[in-house]
Amino acid sequence: MPVTTTPPRGVPDPAPSRADAGAAVRAASTGRVASRVFAGLSTGAGLLILVTLAAVAAFLLIRAWPALSASPEELETVSWFTGGSVAEYVAPLVFGTLLASVLALLLAVPVSIGIALFISHYAPRRLAQGLGYLIDLLAAIPSVVYGLWGALWLIGQLDPVFTWLSSTLGFVPLVADYQAPAKNIMSASVVLAVMILPIITAVSREVFLQTPRLHEEASLALGATRWEMVRQAVLPFGRSGVISASMLGLGRALGETMAVLMVISPGFLFSFFLLRPGQHQTIAANIASKFPESSGLGVSVLIATGLALFVITFVVNLAARWIIARRAEYSGAN
Amino acid sequence: MSKRIDVADLDVYYGDFLAVEGVTMAIEPRQATALIGPSGCGKSTFLRTLNRMHEVIPGARVTGKALMDGQDLYGADVDPVTVRRQIGMVFQRPNPFPTMSIADNVLAGVRLNNRRMPKDAQQDLIEQSLRGANLWNEVKDRLALPGSSLSGGQQQRLCIARAIAVKPQVLLMDEPCSALDPISTLAIEDLIAELKSDYTIVIVTHNMQQAARVSDRTAFFNIAGTGKPGRLIEMDDTATMFSSPREQATEDYISGRFG
Amino acid sequence: MTAAAPAPTPTPTPSPTSSLLASDAYRRLPRWSTWAFASGSLVVAFLVLLVAGGGLPGVAGVVALGAALFVLSSGVTSRVVEGPRRAADRLATTLVTGAFLLALIPLVSLLLLVVTRGAGAFSWTFLTTDMLGIFGDMSEGGIQHAIVGTLLITAAAAAISVPVGLLTAIYLVEYGRGPLARGITFLVDVMTGIPSIVAGLFAFALFTLLLGPAFRAGIMGAVALALLMTPVVIRSVEEMLRLVPNELREAAYALGVPKWLTIIKVVLRTAVAGIVTGVMLSVARVIGETAPLLLTVGMVTRVNWDLFDGRMATLPVFAYRQYESGGAGIDRAWAAALTLILIVMILNLVARLISRWFAPRGAR
Repeated sequence: MPVTTTPPRGVPDPAPSRADAGAAVRAASTGRVASRVFAGLSTGAGLLILVTLAAVAAFLLIRAWPALSASPEELETVSWFTGGSVAEYVAPLVFGTLLASVLALLLAVPVSIGIALFISHYAPRRLAQGLGYLIDLLAAIPSVVYGLWGALWLIGQLDPVFTWLSSTLGFVPLVADYQAPAKNIMSASVVLAVMILPIITAVSREVFLQTPRLHEEASLALGATRWEMVRQAVLPFGRSGVISASMLGLGRALGETMAVLMVISPGFLFSFFLLRPGQHQTIAANIASKFPESSGLGVSVLIATGLALFVITFVVNLAARWIIARRAEYSGAN
Repeated sequence: MSKRIDVADLDVYYGDFLAVEGVTMAIEPRQATALIGPSGCGKSTFLRTLNRMHEVIPGARVTGKALMDGQDLYGADVDPVTVRRQIGMVFQRPNPFPTMSIADNVLAGVRLNNRRMPKDAQQDLIEQSLRGANLWNEVKDRLALPGSSLSGGQQQRLCIARAIAVKPQVLLMDEPCSALDPISTLAIEDLIAELKSDYTIVIVTHNMQQAARVSDRTAFFNIAGTGKPGRLIEMDDTATMFSSPREQATEDYISGRFG
Repeated sequence: MTAAAPAPTPTPTPSPTSSLLASDAYRRLPRWSTWAFASGSLVVAFLVLLVAGGGLPGVAGVVALGAALFVLSSGVTSRVVEGPRRAADRLATTLVTGAFLLALIPLVSLLLLVVTRGAGAFSWTFLTTDMLGIFGDMSEGGIQHAIVGTLLITAAAAAISVPVGLLTAIYLVEYGRGPLARGITFLVDVMTGIPSIVAGLFAFALFTLLLGPAFRAGIMGAVALALLMTPVVIRSVEEMLRLVPNELREAAYALGVPKWLTIIKVVLRTAVAGIVTGVMLSVARVIGETAPLLLTVGMVTRVNWDLFDGRMATLPVFAYRQYESGGAGIDRAWAAALTLILIVMILNLVARLISRWFAPRGAR
């Protein structure tokens, strides 16, 4: 930029001829300092997010370190500890966590897609928003209430279903050997499925609503029925959105504590008997149940398992975001 | 209190992209200067550099000189905020603040800058500015209603009242009538004719009849092709421009052969 | 309703185009057939179960069998009368509608259950007494201490996360450019995915490392909740700020208003309804969090007003502990759950009302 010979304060005050209101107008402070302070504050808040996440990882690692570096003999001193190392201890928990979450996902995804389609393409326009709000209500219910509902009501309702399944399809190991009450991983997964239903529905619904009208109309104009239109235009367009919605749901199911804690009767096995109690436990529920009575090395072991959960959910969420980001690139939506 | 602006060899960049190249022009005080040209020729971009509004867009920058009564608008320690208080702007679409009443919209320049002003001075400023924008008689009984309750043309005049309430030296207008109906357009054009006795006015317009009606001087911008920078082709008194332009491109554009 | 009226044309007339729309390919079942099949299926299901089971069948069984019969009967009829394409369409409609109705089962049963079971122990006394001196099978006691704790801890969490979230959102929308802004956006996404129990572990690790292993205070829970709440606040505020049209920012700049005042007085002012709504909804989301509070603030039997010293009772943890203790505790757990749901619903309701009342007038 060329340097010119202007006085330091570039533009002069307004001419004094407008003296009537000029006094107010000439208050020339433009608040450059305040601007800097404000910009600094908001940038600082952004950086705080960065620092916080680093702190989460760091503090968990520091508190988990005693357990990670302890010898098997030291770990034996923790009364409830099983296995020779933290990795061996956490393995069945990881298995239980993944199994419960995947089961919940298998139950929730088809229903969620159905609800999302119902709201976006089947329900009357005027009702659609209200119905969507109804489903969102499911997300507003606290997890401990889901726990109460699961443990004190749902288990009783599932009992005849499980009895019937086990007696007619008992030759399939998955559903063999049902024992009442239904404090098994299947019941926990049903509760988890209900809990992740709203998030999967909400994201899928948004994607379905974004289907280009032209595609839909093109399909209908060719004489397609509504279902054929959905299959030709809506579902292909929304596929990646549904996948990422499911991943978000999976992320939530992995970390959910109370529903599993209150419903399941825990066990530490690599078992595929879904209807048997005392076979499985998840990381989160295990922490919640052991933590209040633990101290010293026991706390470290639990925090180490929490670190494992953090890593698992991190990876799942990362994958979900990656799919969303890739989709945003080529769809041109948003 | 209206001032002249002298621009010398001004280039405008968006990042590395040269959008407008080598503009040199003199904008006379107490006159309306019209900037015309086909879409994308850089006339709006150029207009925005006059009060440094282009800096809102990340990566936008200028080289060259722009002087208001001899003082560099781009001087090292000139705050763009000060520049904008001297050089007001009216936009393509009327944009009154939706959360404010008509009166508060007029006072926005004062209120938003946290300046105190006695009640009666406020009332005077409101009336004076709304009269200046030919809007007083239409709204004096409903000053407390939201600004968005007015019609499009009234909203645009409200925005003009809001701009002149800050007592600028220069008023920039970026296609102020393009979103309005013919009757509202006429009202704004009449207003411009009155305003130019107090302010330096620079108006960007797509409508050549409008340029001919309201302006004293006209500048024609053109662009050689997509991706090329816009340039100032010629500038002269409006009457001369529309009767006997020097450049063939100007004549082609004015006679409607392209653009 | 007369069954005969809209009966499909029986004879396929081959050539003239005028009868094309009435030809076989376009035969449809009448509109009321759906309802006829549905009620018929339910009646048949009821009778079958009545005969097979001997005794009145349960509602769930009738509905399940009825639904299966409905899919079967209407599917077969539609296939015969309307052809396979229409039959598939009908099946899809049934399944999609069924999915929605299925999702209503947990919602309705849960709300009914909480209201009916919770009403038992729920009373003014229940809301205004604590659990001091309550043991064994005593059915007295209340949740005053838990309500106080929940409100204090949630308020503290909001006091931490609202300023941070607001400023971060302002940074992302108004200032953020380049890799730092992209990085922070990404990290906010990561933060959204932190499991609540991990947030509790973090707060525990942070405070016990800094202040000694025995330190317990409400503020630990508040920090854990703030960690969960901040990304939600950022996301919702960000969305609201992006809805503010750029024209308003430009209008303010053109009046010589500095950027920071433009943000405070124009952008935030225009978006305030949406921001308040977003904050209330995020409060509603964390107020029911149980796991992090279970780890950090635990439980006491009386009111603790001091956020910085000692354990604190909270509604979700109270509900869980009472459920665990069984007996009269179960009733108290339901009543606490009812209180919690009422608080959450009130927050949701107020949030929606605010967004309706304070929306900018005249703006679309």
